[in-house]
Amino acid sequence: MDEITAGLSEIDCDVLVIGGGTAGPMAAYKAKMKNPDAKVVLLEKANVKRSGAISMGMDGLNNAVIPGHSTPEQYTKEITIANDGIVDQAAVLKYAENCFEMIQELDRFGIRFQKDENGDYDVKKVHHMGTYVLPMPNGETVKKALYRQLRRARILISNRYMATRLLTGKSGRIAGAIAVNTRTAEFLVVRAKSVIMSMGAAGRLGLPTSGYLFGTYENAANSGEGYAMAYHAGAKLANLECFQINPLIKDYNGPACAYVAGPFGGYTANANGERFIECDYWSGQMMQEFYKELQSGNGPVFLRLNHLKKETADHIEQILHTVERPSRGRFHEQRGTRYAETMIEMHISEIGFCSGHSASGVFVDEFARTTVPGLYAAGDMASVPHNYMLGAFTNGAIAGEHAIDFIRDVDFDDYDRADVLAEQERVLAPTKREDGIPPNQIEYKVRRLVNDYLQPPKVTKKYELAQQRFAEVRADMEEAMVARDSHELMRAMEVASILDCADMAACASLYRQESRWGLYHWRTDFAERNDEDWKCHVLLGKQEDGTMGCEKRAIQPYVIPISDDEKDAYYKQRITAKA
Amino acid sequence: MPLANTSTSVPVIVDEDKCIADKGCTVCVDVCPLDVLRISELTGKAYMKFDECWYCMPCEADCPTGAVTVNIPYLLK
Repeated sequence: MDEITAGLSEIDCDVLVIGGGTAGPMAAYKAKMKNPDAKVVLLEKANVKRSGAISMGMDGLNNAVIPGHSTPEQYTKEITIANDGIVDQAAVLKYAENCFEMIQELDRFGIRFQKDENGDYDVKKVHHMGTYVLPMPNGETVKKALYRQLRRARILISNRYMATRLLTGKSGRIAGAIAVNTRTAEFLVVRAKSVIMSMGAAGRLGLPTSGYLFGTYENAANSGEGYAMAYHAGAKLANLECFQINPLIKDYNGPACAYVAGPFGGYTANANGERFIECDYWSGQMMQEFYKELQSGNGPVFLRLNHLKKETADHIEQILHTVERPSRGRFHEQRGTRYAETMIEMHISEIGFCSGHSASGVFVDEFARTTVPGLYAAGDMASVPHNYMLGAFTNGAIAGEHAIDFIRDVDFDDYDRADVLAEQERVLAPTKREDGIPPNQIEYKVRRLVNDYLQPPKVTKKYELAQQRFAEVRADMEEAMVARDSHELMRAMEVASILDCADMAACASLYRQESRWGLYHWRTDFAERNDEDWKCHVLLGKQEDGTMGCEKRAIQPYVIPISDDEKDAYYKQRITAKA
Repeated sequence: MPLANTSTSVPVIVDEDKCIADKGCTVCVDVCPLDVLRISELTGKAYMKFDECWYCMPCEADCPTGAVTVNIPYLLK
């Protein structure tokens, strides 16, 4: 295994889905259900059985809009406010209207959701305003249940193929993708009438404080290929300056999960054991207060459960240590920390792109369409904000069904053969060198620079220095990176995506000359929010001269109005002195 | 620039007495999202070839004989 063979084969399909985590399998399944005659191919860099952000499962839904508990209109309003007004509401509203049906479908797949003694969904309040969090008692079965449906629907699955570039056709439509096998370096050219990208977050952008390259908040396999490929194919990306930064368990780098602990009475505390934020729902505004407390004399910050009854704390521990990130129990065991006994030190994550938690993604509309005809995006890499796992399922389904409508009237678009040859040459270049710089060193350097210069607070001069340093590393990567086997070649291709994402993060952040989304885009030299000039999307894309550029794009008029006294609700996070 | 081999202690441990990779099992290698496990040509048993672990545990959870243990990488623990 791992020798470089570098052959090439070609296949055709109607709908190509790239990424077999959460949104991808659902997109493939729904496309096939809508048209059983369509040839649907699902491409995955790892193995669909255990890939993506929910590799081991998920302990709950963070954004369930369930009749009797909340309405699509309430949810759309809450997310508009949480995302500081920069929202095309049509996409959020469409998600909110469709997600209950998706919950019921997942229920039929065998994924159970918590119900109360009356048989109603046991939804918990964690957000600032509404009630949307639904625990999943058998959340570890999600991938298994999903995989069973894919097999039943006879979806064609190609594991261990890493897509590296999209192919665009002569008429401007999407034409397919090029992928490389991660164990043989063989190329696969997939001609497709429509392509759905569901390739997850850009999780390997910043470097975790542990210094371990793969100790990231996101599944470390999610290295931002989707963002890079969309960019190179000419699609627009939205609000990349709205970074993902999450609170997490210090060093372990897994979620601290106030969502799980909150409904039982757990909370985020400072070193004195005191609550300092009203609401533990993750938003940039909340993260700003978290960051302030971390830096203050009351820091660092802790997850506090040790005031609860021992049975309650142990029960929370049992959930957190078995479902989403089960190795966390092992981490605490080695440290000798029990939730019932001590407060657990927390920290903030490295930066990344992930619309699932923030808003940075490939720009899509309410049908998951990107700006390239025939190309769709769903899940953590698409720009629908605060979308989480249920958003990936729901919008994956929307993409799959819409792609079937799209292909009805189109044939394959012809791509240029020279594009395939050029891509083969680019991919294989590191294998042609006898010695040079291995991918892990280039990756470490890029990500260390990301931490040094891009991590908020954002400073203009530091960002300009970052751009210079990224250009130097890019020259090293293009001229001297060496890959000695196909596994290392996969890492080499990932580094190229990581560097593209770093450049995009810098470019988009410099363009938006204001501060917004709390910590996510806190510019110390443009410290105020400026609605007059910047209450708009920032779209990043490849310009005609081949360079990276940004433009403003107006927000669609709100369908759900937000009144003046509501719009800043998420800025009122800090607990003020009690009378 | 010439390359060096720098050693690193890896988080995933395989109990070779329990591992049945020599009988054709490849479950842990198949499920790893980071693709860091391999079957040794020397021993016929699974081992961690690349120190690129997200300590996510499918290898341990899916192993049919309980041969795999995932530890927390040293830099984190």
